[in-house]
Amino acid sequence: MLRTWRQRITLTDIFIWVIGLVIAGAVIWGTISTLRLHLYTPSIWLDLTIKGLALGGVYALIAMGYTMVYGILKMINFAHSEVFMSGPFTAVYVAMGLAKSGMLNKQPIISMAIIAVVSMGVSAGVALLLERICYRPLRNAPRLVPLITAIGASFFLQYTFRGLFGSGSFGYPAIKALQQYWTVAGTHIYKTQVVVIAGAVMMMLVLFGIVQWTKIGKAMRAVSEDKEAAELMGINVDRIIVFTFGLGGASAGAAGVLYTFLFPVVNFYMGFIPSIKAFTAAVLGGIGNVPGAFLGAIILGLLESVGPNLFLTGLGIPSPSQLKDAIAFIVLVLILIFRPTGILGERISKDKA
Amino acid sequence: MYKRLSLVISALAILGMVLAACAPAATATVAPPTQVPATAVPPTAVPPTAVAATAVAAPEVPTATVPPTMVPIVPQAAVASYTCSDPIGCVKLGPTDPIHIAYLLAISGANAALGTDSRNGVEIAIDDAGGQILGHTIKFDGQDGLCSADGGQAAGTKLASDPTIVAVIGTSCSSEARAAEPLLSKAGFVTISSSNTAPDLTNLTSSNHYSGYFRTAHNDIYQGAAAADFVYNFLGLKKAATIHDGSLYASSLVKVFGDDFIKLGGTITTATSVDPNSTDMSSVLASVATGTPDLIYFPIFLPAGAFIIHQAKTTPGLENTKLMGADGLYSPDVMNTAGADVEGFMVSSPIVQGPAYDAFVAKYVAKFGEQPINIFHAHAYDAFNIVMDAIETVAVPTTDGSLYIPRQALRDAVAATKNFVGLTGILTCNVDGDCANPVIGVYEYHAGVYPPTLIWPTKYIK
Repeated sequence: MLRTWRQRITLTDIFIWVIGLVIAGAVIWGTISTLRLHLYTPSIWLDLTIKGLALGGVYALIAMGYTMVYGILKMINFAHSEVFMSGPFTAVYVAMGLAKSGMLNKQPIISMAIIAVVSMGVSAGVALLLERICYRPLRNAPRLVPLITAIGASFFLQYTFRGLFGSGSFGYPAIKALQQYWTVAGTHIYKTQVVVIAGAVMMMLVLFGIVQWTKIGKAMRAVSEDKEAAELMGINVDRIIVFTFGLGGASAGAAGVLYTFLFPVVNFYMGFIPSIKAFTAAVLGGIGNVPGAFLGAIILGLLESVGPNLFLTGLGIPSPSQLKDAIAFIVLVLILIFRPTGILGERISKDKA
Repeated sequence: MYKRLSLVISALAILGMVLAACAPAATATVAPPTQVPATAVPPTAVPPTAVAATAVAAPEVPTATVPPTMVPIVPQAAVASYTCSDPIGCVKLGPTDPIHIAYLLAISGANAALGTDSRNGVEIAIDDAGGQILGHTIKFDGQDGLCSADGGQAAGTKLASDPTIVAVIGTSCSSEARAAEPLLSKAGFVTISSSNTAPDLTNLTSSNHYSGYFRTAHNDIYQGAAAADFVYNFLGLKKAATIHDGSLYASSLVKVFGDDFIKLGGTITTATSVDPNSTDMSSVLASVATGTPDLIYFPIFLPAGAFIIHQAKTTPGLENTKLMGADGLYSPDVMNTAGADVEGFMVSSPIVQGPAYDAFVAKYVAKFGEQPINIFHAHAYDAFNIVMDAIETVAVPTTDGSLYIPRQALRDAVAATKNFVGLTGILTCNVDGDCANPVIGVYEYHAGVYPPTLIWPTKYIK
């Protein structure tokens, strides 16, 4: 059955390879000419890398919600951006209260824990309500129906929050303890960034642990593998789905709190852009795969942060930062050309496609 | 068990949202009107003869000592019957029909303060007019332009389809104007903006200029020049970087600032731009940092402006760089969203002072229960009064009580406005549409204090 390479390679393949090589060449050429300009000091690169890691950590936690729900229901929960927004938006009032009473700066750790718990609780609650009201009645409907419902639910939630809290932006009070920094190689490493990266990694480990080593995680994997068989084995599928939504929601709530440490402004439309990025990260890493989403998110965060200056400055492109989304999505397209299932993606079986 | 758990969590979530919605911080209307009595604001101490004119901001802040030299309004005599001969048509009002004046302002979204403040100014002007023009009640409603080109397009389409509209107060943002103005101009309306500042809009040779467009806001040729003068001569800084967000307003203001700054002898180290929707400014700030500027000038809007204020402080090389914006960032939301990092942030904005303005602020506080949230309420108040005077001049009443407003004559009447004594100065309109008599100042924010304090020109500091 061996065919010659002439028969195996089509014209389309060659075309795609050429596009890939051109882009890779441009990236390498841009990088070399940027580095030869000596415009940026090493401390700027270090700073951008740390910021990229922190951003990637936040994307990873949001991506969890997409990837776990996809793993189990094979649907993209597009209302997840509003699950992400609802937590920090509600917790801003707790944070303001804590700041007013002086607790925030006297007991920063306890205060942050309270803010995180409120945010995770609200986000998980919204995710559970979504599942119960919008998705469960449509469990057996055609695939496109819950997708459209998700988009509708997303708008409904956005405008509910706009109605409840107003259309303006609200600032998170600054936590003094997080504004301190360590100086490493001439760069200030802020405690905020360390807390965000550590928090994201910790949450990821907890999530990974739940999925891999607990009974309910085993059940989740079973439902993801084959819903009917899992049901026949005595697994309560509804319960697993509810648990998954709750877990995804809580991780989005945690992501929201970490996000507001980095960008301390909340508004009712804040969910859209980070969630689109997180969804991209989930696809990049292989949707349905927890470590893949983490890897994809870190790569995306770094690309967005370091990419524009590294690849484009040397090519003489003005305002390279305007093109950071273009860079991220070109990388996504490239990876999907050469690995359609994502970096760590599983083989898509007939059932899941 | 899981059902019960999910129920409990859901209930908690709802409870949390309800509690948060009831929290006092959710609304901005907590300041009782009695907190700021009108008498607490001292009258201005700047007589117009006692100060020397600066190079750029030549006009002076008006005071009560300026004698009103307004052209008196001569209403048209009532005729038995009227045939419309105006080239772009007339608005015919029956004896009981209201005069319809619409607004196209940004009243929601991140820049809601800008448009809401202007609308409040117009509402006070309507109150002052007794709610009537020539015996017809004033109908005032409008559309939200969202401070964006597509919002302006949608709102402009809706307004243009309503033939009862005589004039439009708006838009809030220059990008809205660029999208909406072709539609509003074609519909025959007079448009008068309280806060558009892009130079293009009143440049007769520009494709963004449309007939029937006027503004009481300053042209950014003045604002950009004043900002450059302030940075170079007052602060004594020679190296600046500029950032715009692609909007008509920001890109033209950055261009004027850059040209004038270079003319004065300064250097623009980096001229770059950001996406107005992005939150992570680290890469743009890293490229700005390579030029080691003394000041970053970013006349953009919220929320991107607040993110730059936050992140500049943590970018290597920019820790002590001064930050400056323009009137688009003169808003309480800047203070609310930028928190402690707002300390020392400067914005240029028009100066409006004088006893008439103080009386206006007292009315504003009494009517809306809070201090003015922006600066353009005074410009909106003047805009409405200019339109009202023009209507009173050109409208032709008939003996049966109907009223005809010829549209082209109305435009001509607004363009002929001369020595109009407004809150923002003595205004004279031109054919190109500029009516303002701008005095630009620079204000500095302090954490937790609103409004920001005036720091330049020093002669206006009370």
